[in-house]
Amino acid sequence: MIATPETVPISLDHYAPLVGAAEIEELRTLAGPLEGAVVDMVNSTAVGGGVAEILTRLIPLARELGLDARWHVMEGGPEFYEITKAFHNALHGNVCNFRPSDFEIFLDYNRRNRARLPLDGHFVVIHDPQPAAFIETRPLAEKQTWIWRCHIDLSRPDPAVWNFLEPFVSRYDGAIFSSPEFSRQLPIPQYLFYPSIDPLSDKNRELDADFIEDVLVRFGIDPRRPILTQISRFDRLKDPLGVLRAYRIVKRYFDCQLVLAGGGASDDPEGSAVLAEAREAAGHDPDVFILELPPSAPLEVNALQRGSTVVIQKSLREGFGLTVAEALWKKKPVVASAVGGIPTQVIHKHTGLLAHSVEGTAYQIRFLLAHPDIAQRLGEQGHEHVRENFLITGNLKRYLTLFLHEHC
Amino acid sequence: MNATAQPFQFVTAAYLTRIENQRAMTMAELLACLGHSSDAAIFYHTFQTLGQHHFLTEGFSNDFAQWVLASLNQPMLAERLASIDIRDYVSIAELRADLRHIVAEFCESYPKQAEQSAFEPFYFCQAVEVTRPLPWDAKTLAGFRAGLERLSHASFYYHFVASRLRLQLRTNDFSHWFEQSLGLQELAARANRIDIYINTIDTARKELIGLVDREIIQ
Repeated sequence: MIATPETVPISLDHYAPLVGAAEIEELRTLAGPLEGAVVDMVNSTAVGGGVAEILTRLIPLARELGLDARWHVMEGGPEFYEITKAFHNALHGNVCNFRPSDFEIFLDYNRRNRARLPLDGHFVVIHDPQPAAFIETRPLAEKQTWIWRCHIDLSRPDPAVWNFLEPFVSRYDGAIFSSPEFSRQLPIPQYLFYPSIDPLSDKNRELDADFIEDVLVRFGIDPRRPILTQISRFDRLKDPLGVLRAYRIVKRYFDCQLVLAGGGASDDPEGSAVLAEAREAAGHDPDVFILELPPSAPLEVNALQRGSTVVIQKSLREGFGLTVAEALWKKKPVVASAVGGIPTQVIHKHTGLLAHSVEGTAYQIRFLLAHPDIAQRLGEQGHEHVRENFLITGNLKRYLTLFLHEHC
Repeated sequence: MNATAQPFQFVTAAYLTRIENQRAMTMAELLACLGHSSDAAIFYHTFQTLGQHHFLTEGFSNDFAQWVLASLNQPMLAERLASIDIRDYVSIAELRADLRHIVAEFCESYPKQAEQSAFEPFYFCQAVEVTRPLPWDAKTLAGFRAGLERLSHASFYYHFVASRLRLQLRTNDFSHWFEQSLGLQELAARANRIDIYINTIDTARKELIGLVDREIIQ
């Protein structure tokens, strides 16, 4: 039985040792003129998913700074969520067929939710496409700023869905994207906000060395030999078979182990198939550990990342890929594919190494295993890069800056 | 040391990145975009880069050089663009002219390469700056030293790097104050010689604190 480290309520001061007292003081200075400002944030789920994870921490921190930040979650039936899931996939570039009634259902749920929620704040931030049509009934008399925060990659959207959403998006005062690559040509200001990780969450906070070793040993992993790890759900786009092939090349030169760990396979037919394929490809290699983690296992993920010698993210396609930031925050050398938001996090030869193929991935891993001093330097620079750009405090600062910019 | 009548007001600066609708896929397109892009975009891709990657002491002297190297594999041109030292400029117009000159020369000399498609487009962005006075200032060098230690990276960057454009002088806020308010020309000159390209913000700050300490002892 592994003891679970204790958690404590989090306030801004808890972040000072991580980001510096000056950064916290700066947040307080920036928030000064915004004291009492009402901020309504709307998304489509209270738990699960990156947006809920961010808002869970962002809202209390904004309140601590004196803003009246409120979090509203829209309600929808299964038909609505089926449609929005299909919208999500289509916006990511997958081909989907929609009936005219799908768009009607989408609008109907938006109108019903809009009628339920007051949204009378000075700033209204609508997250993702699900509530995007709330703008339709924006009260024109009110002096409000409406912002659409898009967390998904819109670089290659299905025109049917984007042409439907674009007139709504264009009515906002601004839109926020996670990467310039994910943005669209729009008549409104578009801002760049990187997604963020919380350094004090169970997935990212410091862990005792004993706890890390306990987790490794529990899974049968040898803490004394090099460990290569990819944390991701079992999805073909994460290329677990490619990771295995890269590992086999590396194994010719180094006595290493491979950990492929992720969740979501049990309730996802494709995930189960990919997991089975990975297990079959691993065969009986005692140094390959394919771990199906429960949906919420943040401490295990944290320990596996911290216990790794090299962290891999060999995705074929990726959104932003925050698992990379998680690994960099833990000062781990990362070898990752140059796709989606990864190159923003892994600046080649500065904060990690990028690769474009199985062979390239294997080569970069071998290079890091052979040069631990360089691996350490990349990990440390990666940590600084995350500290500056991908922490929740930076996300909060961007919102404050945006509100101040709109306010002035 | 006597107090000055003109205290140094420490300021905090926060920057938003605004994504422009302009993007370039080739050097020829970059040249065209350099002609129409906003001053704020030129600032973002040259000055702002130093603030964003302040923990690195190699590469990244500006985004244009980085893109030319990483996405177009043109190291010679990248080196020329990287050699641009923003400390030499007191206006964006001058900086833009030099960037355009280097890129235009390349396009004329290598017309085929000028049309070569990059791996990734260059996305033009611009910086939106928001500033707020911090609740402390400095009337003496000792007070200044204490304030300097409390500054965030962004505030240090604002006073030490971005200030050059605001002042339209080949100096920074700190040196300007040393010289104009304290009459310390030598300290001002030494502080202005701190190389922001081979330092991180932390080491630049440390070097400045060292200079201030020596001045206090004298």
